[in-house]
Amino acid sequence: MSRIESTTFRDSLSVSITVGAYGTAFGAAAVANGFSLLQTCLLSLLTFSGASQFAVIGVLGAGGGAISGIATASLLGMRNGLYGVIMAPTLKVKGFKRIVAAQITIDESTAVALGQEVLGEKAMRQGFWFTGFGVFLFWNLFTLAGALGAQAMGDIRAWGLDSAVPAAFLGLVWPRLKTNRDRILAIGCVLFALAMTPILPAGLPIIATAFIAIVAGLRK
Amino acid sequence: MNSFWIATIGTSVIAFALKYAGHNVPERIFAHPKVQSINALIPIALLSALVAVQTFTEKSQLMIDHRLAGVSAAVIALILKAPFPVVVLSAALTSAAIYNWF
Repeated sequence: MSRIESTTFRDSLSVSITVGAYGTAFGAAAVANGFSLLQTCLLSLLTFSGASQFAVIGVLGAGGGAISGIATASLLGMRNGLYGVIMAPTLKVKGFKRIVAAQITIDESTAVALGQEVLGEKAMRQGFWFTGFGVFLFWNLFTLAGALGAQAMGDIRAWGLDSAVPAAFLGLVWPRLKTNRDRILAIGCVLFALAMTPILPAGLPIIATAFIAIVAGLRK
Repeated sequence: MNSFWIATIGTSVIAFALKYAGHNVPERIFAHPKVQSINALIPIALLSALVAVQTFTEKSQLMIDHRLAGVSAAVIALILKAPFPVVVLSAALTSAAIYNWF
């Protein structure tokens, strides 16, 4: 494995294991909120988008209906559509490969791919596929483990997992903050998302920041 | 079919449809520099918001807790140019230590 590939592979693997391990929390939470083992595993296999999955089990667990659960999850899933738009010109895949690529188009695969930008398109593609398949594997294995051990599992906070995930996102956005405009945008989005959290339904404060990015991009 | 099955299947179908639709937007749209600029900025916006929400909120409430210590450790690691696994691990260890001791 060349130097470039090993850097990409290392980034992919650490993201895959960190994020995948969080699947334990999802599996446990889903079962605790009334989803069956099969439904829990299907959500991880088919929806395969952590935020959307947590949203739908959260809404139904709190007594919400199927439609509001689906709507909240889908608003969060729009993010993945944007990632697909970003990744398609780099991946250049058609047919069945495009279907597979679409299924693994999530925060982590896109972010690792974009993180390899300086190493060239080949490294970006490797980052996307490694991370996409890696997260898919670990996320589903840990979902099953979490669902099976829902009662037995300890508090994920005692293991620092609830901080590892935002730290992983931070590690992914950090190298992208190259100009002052990038940094102002990032700080603006942090403040906006926090200010909107008590007001908007869960998930919307995150999606809404995409529109801030669009406005910032148009003003350039 | 109960609401849990409707939610499971409905969420999954729409999640895939959104992902697949994104991959099928015509490539020529990307020729415009403003579109490229927006594409570079969107991940910065969403990832920053995700960091904020996952660090400072709990069930739609703002909250400062052990996670701030964890993410602060990650910031220090990033300033020191630590590799990615060190960034994540330092956050987890710091956070777990604070959580378990207080």
